[in-house]
Amino acid sequence: MKLRLNKTQIAQCRSIAKVVSRDVGKMISQHSTVAIERSALRVMGICGAHKKADGQFYPHANAIVDQLEKDNVLARGASFWLANAMLQLEKSAEDVAALVAEDKLRLSEIPLQKKAAVEKTARALAKAGVTKIVEQKKNRKNLLKHLDDPHDPSFKKPPMKYVIVASGNIFEDVVQARAAAQAGADVIAVIRSTAQSLLDYVPHGSTTEGFGGTYATQENFRIMRRALDEESEKLGRYIRLTNYSSGLCMPEIASLAAIERLDFLLCDSLYGILFRDINMKRTLIDQHFSRMMCALSEIFINTGEDNYLTTADAVENGHQVLASQFLNERFALDAHMKESFMGLGHAMEMNPWHPNGILLEIARAQMTRDIFPKAPLKYMPPTRHMEGDIFFGHVYDAIFNLVSVMTKQGIHLLGMPTEAIHTPLLGDRYMALKSCNYIFGGAADLGDELIFRPNGKIEKWSQKVLKESLQLLKKIERIGLYRAIEEKCFAEVSRSLTGGKGFKGVFEKHAEYFNPVQDALEVELVKR
Amino acid sequence: MSKDSFLPYGAPNHSSVKPVDLKNLKPYGDAMNDGRMQVNFTLPVEPSPEAQEAAAELMRKMGFVDVKIVDMQKASEGFSFFVGYGAINHSVDFTKITVLKVETVFKGFDEINELIRTKIKRKIRIIGATTGFDAHTVGLDAMFNMKGYKGDYGLERYPMIEAKNMGAQVPNIELLEAAIKMNADAIMVSQVVTEKDCHINNLKDLMVLADKHGWRDRFIFISGGPRLSHPLSVECGLDAGFGTGTLPSHVASYVVDELIRRLERKK
Ligand code: B12
Repeated sequence: MKLRLNKTQIAQCRSIAKVVSRDVGKMISQHSTVAIERSALRVMGICGAHKKADGQFYPHANAIVDQLEKDNVLARGASFWLANAMLQLEKSAEDVAALVAEDKLRLSEIPLQKKAAVEKTARALAKAGVTKIVEQKKNRKNLLKHLDDPHDPSFKKPPMKYVIVASGNIFEDVVQARAAAQAGADVIAVIRSTAQSLLDYVPHGSTTEGFGGTYATQENFRIMRRALDEESEKLGRYIRLTNYSSGLCMPEIASLAAIERLDFLLCDSLYGILFRDINMKRTLIDQHFSRMMCALSEIFINTGEDNYLTTADAVENGHQVLASQFLNERFALDAHMKESFMGLGHAMEMNPWHPNGILLEIARAQMTRDIFPKAPLKYMPPTRHMEGDIFFGHVYDAIFNLVSVMTKQGIHLLGMPTEAIHTPLLGDRYMALKSCNYIFGGAADLGDELIFRPNGKIEKWSQKVLKESLQLLKKIERIGLYRAIEEKCFAEVSRSLTGGKGFKGVFEKHAEYFNPVQDALEVELVKR
Repeated sequence: MSKDSFLPYGAPNHSSVKPVDLKNLKPYGDAMNDGRMQVNFTLPVEPSPEAQEAAAELMRKMGFVDVKIVDMQKASEGFSFFVGYGAINHSVDFTKITVLKVETVFKGFDEINELIRTKIKRKIRIIGATTGFDAHTVGLDAMFNMKGYKGDYGLERYPMIEAKNMGAQVPNIELLEAAIKMNADAIMVSQVVTEKDCHINNLKDLMVLADKHGWRDRFIFISGGPRLSHPLSVECGLDAGFGTGTLPSHVASYVVDELIRRLERKK
């Protein structure tokens, strides 16, 4: 079942995306951010934290970067200063970090050692960290040798079933995640606590108190990964784990996810800007590093275009989603990602009472499949038009399940009948999975049996959306990405280049800027 | 038949038809006052005859009679999923129920502008934001944006209203300061996330701040969101609250009425 779409238009969209990303790419390569510096430190083994007076843990990586920023020397790269101190003091990385955290050492005051020696020390640490990440990728591959993989890159299997847990307590989340896996879930996302994306540090240790979600921490990642590994062995099926590489700590979450073998990450080039009011430059620079990390560890990214349809009308604005997918694809390619790891996002968010709305949803979903044939598309359920009527919601979600399986989406986020009320209860998830199991089983090969009526309503709608996307991309090419975002080209949200949170954490690289982790990533990725 | 007891809509006048009894109101399942309802929940035990009986017992404790557990499934290891039906024992006296409601008569766009022009005799100023860490803007925008919501124009469209929408994730103090700067008549706060009652704490915190600065009586304080209601909002110290399905003209009607009331009180 394929739509007849204009191939020239599709090619034009891709070439415009390339032009747009080229300009942004220049800006990216000239800058780094506090979050990228902290990620480098984390990969180099700085994973400790110290207890502050208020009882909260503050990461060592932050203590180092804060100090360098304060002393105005961060532009050379945090790794440089760390290695310099290690050499002079003959101390391990963690020992140096602890001294900084206790305010017993000022890195910028340590006499500069020979550049070659400093770099050698740093590169050795970076290499060890990157090797660990590569090991984790191999571990996943090994597990997939003896466990069933619900994902089929040629989409002959139904989409992967993705559910969220969000109790706020990682230990409670484990109980619910395992229950969900038994009921058929293939992917577990631990939703983050409200506003974690605005914290400029990653909390430390296991956590039991969150709002509308559970804090993303390295320890929480580890706890959930271990539980899902156990459950995978028990079920004979590999259960994937997801978190959110977005917000002010986007690159750090990506690094921690890579280290702890998460399988997917929400990782969008524009989401933070549009939906969390994070500075444009900060997000664009951070997403590049984050995606290199995903590329290395073979983490699937999930992009966030589905969200556009919660603030902009979904019938009228399908083209914004498609245009953004072309950009997200391009930015991911720039970070050396393969298409088969790009879970480009979209959603079934049209007003359910729109005449023939289901046809239009099929048109958009199939169009997305045809335009991005290798991408494990991430398809989001109805959310905006979900209301307190859980019975209607359950039916609405069932139609979503059908559209998803017949158009061969890659990653299927299960809709919950209780979407408008609360983060899902165990029973809500069970109901949703049962309905999905039924429809994915009963209509597994439906897509292969159907053909669209040439020039029918479905085909025409998809052609219209493609055409409008091309027009939007042409506009973006003309005015540039920054102004496009300012002028509400996406999601009806306007943001400015220097506005938003986290702008202070962006800095121009010094002529002698040094980041051995980024260099090592580059080497590994180009070598492939 | 009286005001409190009457035949249901469309019922033929026949001795077998029971009247609606407002003094003893009960759910209507298949017949008047049969009280039948469905319940769904999960228990943290495996399905078993004992689990089924436990589920039925819980329903009896809730006040159900004639309890039937019609479905018991294994949701996952150690969890069972139930659907139950029962007839509820309880009834309520509908005539005694009172609900705190926003004091206003809903008016249309033209009428509201006209009232402002003739009674208040100047443009009124309204400022709004989603406060705290809450990032949801769709409800707030529905109130403010020109195009409005479900065919009802947003406040920015009203010629007699100067409306300022500060967006989401706005700290309470910033909202208050902006309101002072604008010399606003009303402050509108949207709260969508309610986990661990953060919406309630956030609203209370706003009012504590307003009190502290002596700004409590300077503004009309209004909250809104899917889990908000007028009584809850009043309980948090605000003047009014709006829940799901609110239209911009509802809020505008209230603000105008309240401003006129306040003007008259001053006289
Ligand atoms: C869209 C959406 C988002 C978008 C928001 C985009 C945006 N810019 O607004 C995004 C993706 C960013 C998002 C994020 C999150 N979301 Co959200 N989101 C929704 C969703 C799907 C729709 C909300 C919506 O737009 N409704 C449409 C509008 C028109 O309705 P409304 O808000 O109720 O507004 C009406 C009335 O309430 C009233 N009103 C509203 N505000 C005001 C103000 C005033 C003054 C007045 C008078 C009236 C008024 O008038 C409006 C029109 O009638 C709901 C689920 C749902 N269907 O409700 C979840 C939901 C609200 N989100 C939820 C959660 C948990 C989150 C997150 C915390 C998840 C996480 N852990 O990251 C984050 C929030 C992060 C943060 N910092 O806040 C939960 C909240 C649970 C709870 N009760 O606490 C919900 C219910 C989903 C769920 N089942 O878990 N979300």
